[in-house]
Amino acid sequence: MELEGFEVLDLVFMKTYAPLFVTAAKLTLSLSFWGILFALVVGLFCGLILYFKIPVASRIISGYVELSRNTPLLVQLFLLYFGLPKVGIIISSEGCAIIGLTFLGGSYMAEVFRSGLESVEKSQIESGMSIGLDRLQIVRYVVLPQALTVSVPALFANVIFLIKETSVFSAVALADLMYVAKDLIGLYYKTNEALLMLVIAYLVILLPISLLSSLLERRLRYAGFGN
Amino acid sequence: MQDLGIKVLFEGSNFARLLSGLWVTLEISLASVAFSLVLGVLLGMVMTLRNPITKVLTKIFLEFNRLMPQLVSLFLVYFGLTTAFGIDLSGQTSAIIVFSLWGTAEMGDLVRSALISIPKHQYDSSAALGLTKLQAYSYVIIPQTLRRLTPPAINLTTRMIKTTSLVVLIGVVEVLKVGQQIIEANRYTAPDAALWIYGVIFFLYFIVCYPISKLAGRLEKQWRN
Repeated sequence: MELEGFEVLDLVFMKTYAPLFVTAAKLTLSLSFWGILFALVVGLFCGLILYFKIPVASRIISGYVELSRNTPLLVQLFLLYFGLPKVGIIISSEGCAIIGLTFLGGSYMAEVFRSGLESVEKSQIESGMSIGLDRLQIVRYVVLPQALTVSVPALFANVIFLIKETSVFSAVALADLMYVAKDLIGLYYKTNEALLMLVIAYLVILLPISLLSSLLERRLRYAGFGN
Repeated sequence: MQDLGIKVLFEGSNFARLLSGLWVTLEISLASVAFSLVLGVLLGMVMTLRNPITKVLTKIFLEFNRLMPQLVSLFLVYFGLTTAFGIDLSGQTSAIIVFSLWGTAEMGDLVRSALISIPKHQYDSSAALGLTKLQAYSYVIIPQTLRRLTPPAINLTTRMIKTTSLVVLIGVVEVLKVGQQIIEANRYTAPDAALWIYGVIFFLYFIVCYPISKLAGRLEKQWRN
């Protein structure tokens, strides 16, 4: 991979097999997209329940958050993909990947939304009440906009974290980037080339998101509310 | 059929084997955590320097480790080093190298932000009280830094334990691999062992990580001010 490796890089090979990485990157991206989208929905829902400390429900949600945060995605996927069929629940590889990512991501997103919501000053809610907004209006127009703004950097961090986590999807028979790289290493022994393309593929996916997040973070700092 | 699966778990030395597989995982994580703590403190101190060269270099190191999935780094070290330089490392050694580098990067950033979060007036006040530099550091600065550093550092430990599950994908025989072996060996006598074995592994990870994250959460709450 380093300077020494560059002399033996087979560029023709890389050009021939680059399309495989593009296809795999598309799969990684589409699974990440759905997984993260559902994780956001689950996270917002759970975050609100935790924030309002809704009796029974918030207990169940914190149990889920602890379970999901303290176990690795790979083990969650094994349980979904190899374990559940034994009780008659058969889910496709893609389904397992999206469910796994949602299960994992939902708890991380919930924590972000909860702490974002808690960061909104009490005086903001009181001011909302004093100008005659009802509870729903306060959540919709006062609390959520501020909480979401505060949450953006952490949300982006989670998006990057979740896309990174998708690298284990090859373990449930999905032809993602890791799978293609391992395949090329096994078939042609072109380790340097396959690994270089793998690194480039992940950089192409993750670097723009990382840059966008630091850009947004800087802009949002000017948009602080209330203080 | 359900009861057959759970019987496999306690047949012979199966459960002990699973636990020894878990220990392989924990050994890798603990070794990496130990390296990361030491090297991370050093890196964090280097990161607070105002030298532009160290700033750029440490930034690149940090961002690479943050952006690359750890599985990619494992492949780079395990498969890449061998082909590119002929360095042949075992899966376990590769894993410790990769996780130590990653942990050092994360820990370095934690140390950096803990160090710069101590306001300047703390140093000034110590000086005004007549503390020597050594006294100021040992009674004022370091205790505060440690308080800010400990909870996220403990959280990093659980992240590393969870990430260590990836080593099964570079052929290390750890808890998941042992689980697979047990399932394979009992394929005909207990066809639904997979649910039980993977379920147990799921909870083994939980039992290890949950107390650690709980501790981090408690310390964070206790030391908030």
